[in-house]
Amino acid sequence: MNQPIIELKGVTKSFGPVNVLKGINFAAHAGRVTALVGDNGAGKSTLIKGLAGVQPYDGGEVLFEGKPVHLHHPREAARHGIEVVYQDLALCDNLDIVQNMFLGREEMAQGTFDEGRMEVEAAAALQSLSVKTVKSLKQKVASLSGGQRQTVAIARSVVKQAKVVILDEPTAALGVAQTEQVLNLVRRLADHGVAVIIISHNLQDVFQVADDISVLYLGTMTARVTAEGSNPDDVVGYITGTKTMEDVA
Amino acid sequence: MSTESTSPVAAEAAKKPETQSLLGEGVEHGVIDHARAYVGRVRGGEMGALPALGGLLVLFAIFGASHEAFLTPRNMANLMTQAAPLVVLGMALVFVLLLGEIDLSAGVTFGVAMAVFVKYTQPDGLSWPVGLALAMGIGFAVGATIGFFVAKIGVPSFVVTLGLFLGLQGVILIVIGAGGTYRLIPEPIKAIQNSNMPVWGGWVLLVGLMALLVAVAMWDRWRRSKSGAPNGSLSIMFLKLGAIAVIGGALVVFLSVDRGSVNQAIAGVPIVVPLVLILGLIGTFVLDRTKFGRYIYAIGGNREAARRSGVNVTAVKWSAFIVCSSLAVVAGLLYVSRVGSADASTGREIVLSGVAAAVVGGVSLFGGRGRLMHAAVGALVIATIENGLGLLGFSAGATLAVSGGVLILAATVDALARRRSGGSTNS
Ligand SMILES: Nc1ncnc2c1ncn2[C@@H]1O[C@H](COP(=O)(O)OP(=O)(O)O)[C@@H](O)[C@H]1O
Ligand SMILES: [Mg+2]
Repeated sequence: MNQPIIELKGVTKSFGPVNVLKGINFAAHAGRVTALVGDNGAGKSTLIKGLAGVQPYDGGEVLFEGKPVHLHHPREAARHGIEVVYQDLALCDNLDIVQNMFLGREEMAQGTFDEGRMEVEAAAALQSLSVKTVKSLKQKVASLSGGQRQTVAIARSVVKQAKVVILDEPTAALGVAQTEQVLNLVRRLADHGVAVIIISHNLQDVFQVADDISVLYLGTMTARVTAEGSNPDDVVGYITGTKTMEDVA
Repeated sequence: MSTESTSPVAAEAAKKPETQSLLGEGVEHGVIDHARAYVGRVRGGEMGALPALGGLLVLFAIFGASHEAFLTPRNMANLMTQAAPLVVLGMALVFVLLLGEIDLSAGVTFGVAMAVFVKYTQPDGLSWPVGLALAMGIGFAVGATIGFFVAKIGVPSFVVTLGLFLGLQGVILIVIGAGGTYRLIPEPIKAIQNSNMPVWGGWVLLVGLMALLVAVAMWDRWRRSKSGAPNGSLSIMFLKLGAIAVIGGALVVFLSVDRGSVNQAIAGVPIVVPLVLILGLIGTFVLDRTKFGRYIYAIGGNREAARRSGVNVTAVKWSAFIVCSSLAVVAGLLYVSRVGSADASTGREIVLSGVAAAVVGGVSLFGGRGRLMHAAVGALVIATIENGLGLLGFSAGATLAVSGGVLILAATVDALARRRSGGSTNS
């Protein structure tokens, strides 16, 4: 396979005496969806927070497009085009869709908001993801359903021209139909050349959308497989620790 | 992000029919569509200033019918000067209320600033511009102090400003001395609330305002078309502008009638009107069209989301408290200009009326919802109650009781509207 956009080599993280990440190798490729699975407490969120620059790693190497980088601050991650779609707390209910999509990076012209341009770009982002569920860009986010909100959150990363998009449990709170829509969005995001990393507990979702699957078990990477070359039973084995792969650690 | 990196993509996408339909549905085209969308918003619980405006009309009808002096040019001019300090104080408070915070010390902040100003601009004292700079400096310092404790340390604003509410009253007492009163001396400050523009000045003001509003509207349309975004209907635009012109024109005509006595003619728009108008326009510009304003709304809506989007929450909050306290000092200037003196109680009572004005006008105490206009309309409602009941010979007690009742009524209307729409009560 060609060079990954983001690659972790021997990454470690401890909280006091507790080693949460014990030398992790991980990679995500442009145009592919990489699922990160593992039991509660395995270290998935800790791994993601390091990538987001929220909680820097203690040791190991992070390569971005082959070059070593230091992700010590969320701004640093954003500068490299790494965006995180958080499960909750991601949108402002009192702002409309366009305002939310551009929050923190508003387009300005002559010192004031360039509303027209932001609207056009927001519409273009939603359109590029073939979103059909959103009616009006001027809708307040408060009036949106869970799936629509997740859609807006994902479209934000398109507006930001993200190269790596990380989704933490994007479907956990959604019903069947909305889960389907969001997984389709995730797929299209990858089809646009974005490296997508998705954390999920739901193996059915994982096998539906992911190209690669990485399994964390108690702070070590116990398996890195392709979805095609594996099956849910094996992955459950890796998650619960009853199966391991030798060549990953 | 650089201009070049995104706009070609956008321009390309804007041409696609799917994008067009998404964009198009964001804009109401005809007058009927527009009206329908507005009704939809109101039914959805976004009442804005509508109840307060309705209430204002009702109050005008009641007071106009029950006292012949109410709807006279003299009383209307009087009402404007009476309302002006409360309007500015209400607008000041909007900046922190939008964050979901409160400033209970806004009134005594202007009390301290005015005590210092009036005391040190006595005939043998400082010149008034120096005094004014000192007063504004006090506002800035108090705002910075509140901001430090609230935004930096994380102490609830209710507690910090309650503490200042008590503490600053002590400072006023120390400055003024118990039982003391200082007369306001500087003529230019007295003039703010006690003189009028020449009659032609009112027309210049109105024409200038209309020219500004039309220019901004046309500029917006031009910029939107340049980006490929559709514009709203022109008829709506002219309908709105026409309404402002008609109401403004009627007011100017009304205030151009001689309202003086036999020996002395008085006519013209009170000069406090353009002052408040300019403050309101600048404040609205900041809240609607700058990052600082947008981030105030964002923090009020969802603090954590704003932080994760890269908003510097601490700096925005801190600045908002400084804006609030500084604007409060301006309210104080209008207050002493009208009253003509400062004493130990200056600013003590008015702050709750300021909060009430904002809430009556439709500003949410939970943050994220409301506009400067709302606080201004709310302040007019409260000032009208005071003015009208005063004319009818009711006591100050009755005025307070009615104002309190109106506040609860306004909050109830808002809560009911939101409950019916199924919206949350706290956003
Ligand atoms: N800030 C922290 N301080 C101490 N321990 C933490 C902290 N964050 C996470 N941990 C611990 O690290 C382990 C992995 O947590 P986490 O990365 O959240 O796992 P996952 O997301 O896979 O469920 C857990 O045992 C958790 O208790
Ligand atoms: Mg987790």
